[in-house]
This record gives sequence, structure tokens and C-alpha cells, in this order.
Amino acid sequence: MLKARNVWWILALVALVLFPLIETNPTYTTIGIFTLIFMGCATSWNMFSGYSGYINLGSAVSYGVGAYTMALLADHLHVPGNGDLFWLIPVGGLAAMIVAVPVGLVALRVRRHTFVVITIAIFFVFQLSAINFSFTGGTSGLQLPLIPWLETNYNKPFYYSALAITVFAALLSVAVRRSRFGLQLLAIRDDEDRAAGLGVKVFAVKLAGFTMSAFAVGMGGALYAVFLGQIYPQFVFDPIFDISIALMSIFGGLGTLTGPLLGALVLESTQQYLTIRFSNGSLYLIVFGALFLVIVLFMPQGIVVYLSDWRSRRAARRVEGARVVVGEAS
Amino acid sequence: MNGTAVLHSIIDGVLTGSVYALMATGLTLIFGVMNIINVAQGIFVILGAYLSYALSVHLGIDLFVGLAITIPTLFVVGIVVERVFLSRIKGPERVVMSILVTYAISLVIEGVLNIVFSANYVELHAWYVNRSVRVFGIYLPYIYLLGFALAVVLLGALYIMLYRTRFGASVRASLSDQTSAALVGINVRRVSTVCFGLGVAVTAAGGMIYGATNAFNASSSYDLISRLLVIIVLGGMGSIGGALVAGIMMITIEDLVSVVWGPVWSNLAFFLILVAVLSLRPQGLFGKPSVRVA
Amino acid sequence: MTTLLSVDRVSKAFGGLQALDECSLSVEKGSITGLIGPNGSGKTTLFNVITGYEKPDSGSVSFEGAEITRAGPSKVFALGVGRTFQITRIFARLTVLENMLVATQRDEGWLRGLTRSKSSKSELVSAMEWLDFVGIGRLASQPAGSLSFGQRKLLELAYVLVADPDVILLDEPAGGVNLTLINEIADKIQSLNKSGKSFLIVEHNMEFVMNLCDRVTVMHQGTDLVSGTPSEIRNDPLVLDAYLGGGDVYETEESS
Repeated sequence: MLKARNVWWILALVALVLFPLIETNPTYTTIGIFTLIFMGCATSWNMFSGYSGYINLGSAVSYGVGAYTMALLADHLHVPGNGDLFWLIPVGGLAAMIVAVPVGLVALRVRRHTFVVITIAIFFVFQLSAINFSFTGGTSGLQLPLIPWLETNYNKPFYYSALAITVFAALLSVAVRRSRFGLQLLAIRDDEDRAAGLGVKVFAVKLAGFTMSAFAVGMGGALYAVFLGQIYPQFVFDPIFDISIALMSIFGGLGTLTGPLLGALVLESTQQYLTIRFSNGSLYLIVFGALFLVIVLFMPQGIVVYLSDWRSRRAARRVEGARVVVGEAS
Repeated sequence: MNGTAVLHSIIDGVLTGSVYALMATGLTLIFGVMNIINVAQGIFVILGAYLSYALSVHLGIDLFVGLAITIPTLFVVGIVVERVFLSRIKGPERVVMSILVTYAISLVIEGVLNIVFSANYVELHAWYVNRSVRVFGIYLPYIYLLGFALAVVLLGALYIMLYRTRFGASVRASLSDQTSAALVGINVRRVSTVCFGLGVAVTAAGGMIYGATNAFNASSSYDLISRLLVIIVLGGMGSIGGALVAGIMMITIEDLVSVVWGPVWSNLAFFLILVAVLSLRPQGLFGKPSVRVA
Repeated sequence: MTTLLSVDRVSKAFGGLQALDECSLSVEKGSITGLIGPNGSGKTTLFNVITGYEKPDSGSVSFEGAEITRAGPSKVFALGVGRTFQITRIFARLTVLENMLVATQRDEGWLRGLTRSKSSKSELVSAMEWLDFVGIGRLASQPAGSLSFGQRKLLELAYVLVADPDVILLDEPAGGVNLTLINEIADKIQSLNKSGKSFLIVEHNMEFVMNLCDRVTVMHQGTDLVSGTPSEIRNDPLVLDAYLGGGDVYETEESS
């Protein structure tokens, strides 16, 4: 028998599958693609940072590596501008994982506060390298082969690829949460030293989690590169990306499954909307910053926890009310 | 490349590094006392620079005289931010939350500054900004020397405050252990608020010198904060002495790399040194090793 | 009797403070060994050195004849040395049962953890058995953070036991708990001892130590002062002196 919760998941998935068939306006399907990319990346980020409490503010490293791998491969392998490019997207994810190993070896040696700062520093190493080296095209970036598809159907393959990445990230996240490995990550979040004293090989577990979470983020970057056909170092290695991914997960609920999905869905679509609504970028910064402040200060556990608390409070009130009625009757 | 150029870059590095050391000291003080990583420190520096800019352009007030207004102003801004926002952060993920809250604050300030001053780059001007003095065949801009002097004076004042006053003793107690400090009757809340104010106030001075030596706009804050974070991590988070040494060291090395290999590599060297040092000493140069048990 | 755990002339300094100074100790197989001493005499530091949380400056630690001086906490645990903490440490945001499952496989490759589920049937059964043994089985699905102080102590004992260690180091098992619970904990220790487990117990409650332990080692200023049976210790003039004399003892703080 299907549980009620699973029904909601299936309905959500069906809605996401149907969306581009019903809504064909490219402006909106483009918003859909970006939202899905962020949903996948945030879910994958949360699988390590949310579970372990090691907040990675350099996730754009994986995103950028995925994007550059894509552009460089397409160039060197002379991949023609057609659907073949899509098969390279997992390679972008793999490249991000390979890069994550040495990054993790350095960054995970320190405790979580310093870890946050080191991930930021390592992020800048990558951004500046992309700007300074010549094989990355410097500040003018790299171009990918143009895909000569009709405008009306252009977005669909990208949309479904982004959806596939998101579904993959969500399934992986569930699998990890149910595995002993996931339990060990959660134990590290609560008390790393105690976990070590109970036989958890903390460094290996952290490194494995860090590396795994790079995969889907790298694929997100790779898809972004194919979709736009042009990448610039400051847009694929973007500090706003680092912070957005973290914010989306925290907004939704750090360490939960629904949190990052919902957080990215709400925030990325709002962000896209605000960008259109406030063509003035500065006003947009103020509104986004203020919104962000309110969320972090008033719902620090995220909307998922906030809403479920609210529901249980309401249910408790209802029970309380029923008791009063029963009390009066007797 | 020649000997003079290298010597020149070392002297430049020490002079400008002292200003970074001052700004980083504020940041590390805030972290040490409050367990808050204030990523808004970068935008506060820019805010300080714009305040000096407004005072000098619109009211004709000299940059250094203007500090008498901008330093107290940023002190108050710091107090307000701490009271209104940061004091609300609680729970196990305090450090992470503090990063997000201060980042959000910096986004709002960035937006406001962009609207008020536009995104065009500006520079601070005064007679001493573009003139140099020649010492042993090296031209040193007056502003570098004045900035160095200002940093030394303010760091000296901070030192006296920390080591010669009763309030300073409370701050140092809170730096080493907040719980114990509270147990011996120190009002940790008030110490935190004042420290945040002080940590932000030094950015007014740092911002003025930064604005006089660099063209800036609101987005320059990203470059600033990333450097400041590297400096405090390298020095050991919460170590004031570490921030001083790391600040001067990093900026000097950056200047040297810039002269020897070219300016594009200097930024990269900055972050690579951090990665290299932390691989060998995870607690930073002067940090205490993390306590592992209880 | 054979020696299970032995500490040989271990020294450890923190800055200027000599926390351990040529300290030696042994735990015989099947024994309950007590470790007592004034505050700051280095008992917790010794625990940290044995269990791999601190590396000693000199000296060695061995377990079942194999040297474990430089082994990390997870390795020491995997070999069969379990430990509780003075300030109870549990995983507050995991459920009580999940707390137990963290420890069930003490020697498993990390890669194996990726491919298996949180728990096998037999692990669940044994986790529940141990929870019932300490008497908190009914709380299995509660978040551990909601437990009372005493319940946390029991949980910590249970999740150390679930991995079936050969020797268990208890840091103040009777500290801060009520008399009923103290007796309950003493009973559990005794029944576990009968089934073959060895114990090394740090405790300030003298009655608890003297009634429970086969042998007692007294620590003073980072070194082992005397070792003997409880009655020998009770009558040793050196021990009285360490506790009552030497005013400087109370000025050196334990580094934990």
C-alpha cells in the first residue's frame, strides 16, 4: 500500500514532469531549469554539509569544475553541437569528484568553524585560477558548441536533464540517510570525538561524504555550461552560488530531505522573479538580503521543521479543544 | 626585477599590511569573544571608506579629521547590528548562522551603497594621497606612511585597552573561555556588544586608508573579506597577535609575488599559502590546537 | 591472571603543566580496577591517553600485549577498549536506538558503511537487548537529547556495551546520579564482570569504589602513588596524605 507521504512525492514528480509540456513559454521553462539545477545541487550539498554539520561554502568549486570540464572536453574531443554533449554531463560530475578529493584532504583536516573559512579560501583559489590561466580562456571564458535546435523545443532536453539530476540527488540523499554511512555522518554532526571513540573512522567518512556530494553539483555545473553555451569564470565560480546553496538548504531545513528541495524551489524561483521584477540590481540585493535575514533569524531550523511544528501545535490545540468538549459533556 | 624593487615591495607590504592587520584584528576579536564570523567586515570597511568620501567631497572635511566622525559612527552601527540581529542567534549552529546573518546584512548594505553612491569606482583624495617622499632611493607615498602610523596608533590603543584596563581584562577572560568568564561575574553579553562595536569601528580607519590607496565600489567588499578571513584563519582564529603577524606577512608576500611573477599571481599566492600552512598546522600559525575532549 | 591493559611510564604535559608524570597502571583480565585520586591528579588525562584522544609525550600503552600508544580513538575502540565520559556525551539529535547503532560494528571498513543499511536484524536485536539491560528500552525511538541526566548515563553505558568491548573505562559512573541509580549501575557492572568484562573505573564515591573493585590504584600529581586491594589502600598512610595533605594539589586544575 502506498503511504500518504509517498503519494505527495509522486504527485510532485508528476507535476515537475508535466510542467514544460503545459507551460511552453521559454522564459518560464528557463526559470524551471535553473530552479531544478539548484534543487539538485542543494540536495547534494545537504547530503554532506547538512548531515555532517561541516558547512561547505565553496560548493561553486564543484559547479565550476563541472562546467569547465564540459567546455574543455567539448573543445578537445570536437563534440558536434548536438545531443551528444549531454552524455558528457556525468563526466563533469566525475571531474568534480576527482577535484573534491585533494580539496577535502586539505579542508577536512580542521574543525568545522575553520572548515567554513577554508572552503571559501579554496573557492577563491579556483576562481582566480580560472581567471589567470590561459587554457580556461581567462576572463572571457570558454564557448561550447551551439546546439541548433528550434527555439520552441530548445529548453525541454535541458529541463528533463536537470530533473534527472535532481531526482538522482534526492534518491542518493535518501539512500545515504538510510545507510550506516549516513548515520555516521549524523553522529559526526552531533559529537565528532565521541563518534571516533565508538569506532567511526571520522576522516574517511567525512572525505567520502564530501566527495560524493560533489558529483551532482558538478553535473549541475556541466548542464549549466551546455545550456548557456558560454561560461565565464565569475559566473561559474560565483560566491553567490556558494551562499545560495547553503541558504536554500537552511531555509528549507538543514539535514532534512525535503528542506533543500523546497528551499531551492521557493528561493530560486523568487530570486528569478525578483530579478525580473526589480530590474534594478541594488534594490534586488536589499530585498533578497532582508528576506534572507528574516528567514535565518525567525525560522533558524528551516520551513520544513517550522511548518511541521506549527502543524503539531495546531493538532495539539485540536486535541486540547476536544478534551474541553468531552470535559463539558461529562 | 632588481633588489630595489624587492625592497620596495617589502616596505610597501609592511606598510599596507599593517592596515589589513588592523581590520583583521577587529574580525578576530569578534570571533574570539563571540564565536561569530562577521563576513560583513568587508562591507563595513567599504562603508567606512564611503563615509570618509562623503565627508571629504561634500563637506570638505580632511580624511584624518573625518575619522573623528566615522569611527564613532561605525562603532554605533556595530552596536546596533549586534543588538538587533546577532544577539538573536542561538543554538548549536551558532557560527554558521552568524555567517549567514552577517552575509545577509552585507547584501543589504551593498544594495544601499550601490543606490546612494552608484557602482562607479571612486577614490579618496587629499594632498597626501598622491605625493611621495624619497627614502634611500625609494619613493614612498605619504598615505602609506600615514596609514601605517594610524594602524600603529589604533593597535596601540587597542592593546592598552585590552591589557591595561578592567574592561580589557573582561575581554581577555571572555576570549579564553566564555563560560568561565560568566561564572566569575563578567557580563559577557555587554562585553560581546562592545567588542562587536570595537571590531567594526576599526574598519572606519581601515576603510579610509583602503579608499585612499585603491579605487573602490561596494563590490570591493568581496575581495576585502576574503583576504581578511584568510588572515585570521592563518593567524589562528581568535588570536590577535596572530592576526597582526599574518596580516603583515600575507600582504608583504602578495606584494613580493606581484613584483617577482606578476600581479595576476599575487592573489592566487595569497590563498595557496593558506592552504599550504593549514595542511601542516590545522590550527593556524598561532592558534591553540582544538581541544578534543569535553 | 593475565594483564589485559597496561600503561607503562606514560608522561604528558600541557604547556607548563605536567598532567601525567611516568604513570603506570595495569588492568588484569576479568578484574574491576578502581582509579582514584584528588582532582587534577591526571585521571581523565590518563583515560584520554589510553583511548587515543591524546598522544603521550613518552611511555607506552598496550592492550592484550599489542602496543596501542599511537592509535587513534576509533582504532582503540575497534580493538576492544570502550569508554564513557565524565560529562556524558551522546548524539543528541539521533534517536536512542540510532545512538546504539553508531557503535554496533566496532571494526568495519568505512566503505562497507556505504553499501549497507543502518542496521541488520541481529544488530537491532542486540541494540534493544542492551537498552533493556540498562532499563531504557522503552525510550528507543525518543531523540537522545530528550533524555534525563541519569538516562543519558545509562545510554552511554549501553552503546559502549553493544560493541562488545573486552575492557570498559568508566569516567565517574556514579557522578551526579541518585542513590538508587548508583546501586543499579553497580549491579550492572558486577553482572557484566561475571560474564567476563573487565573494568577500569574512575570514581570519587569511595564506597562505590571500595565495594566494587578488586584492585585500586591511587593517582597523585600525575603519577601512580600506590596500588593494592581496597583494604590495603584504605589503610595506606600515603593515600591519606595525598588526599588531605599537599595543599598544592587543589590548585592544579584538570585539563579537561
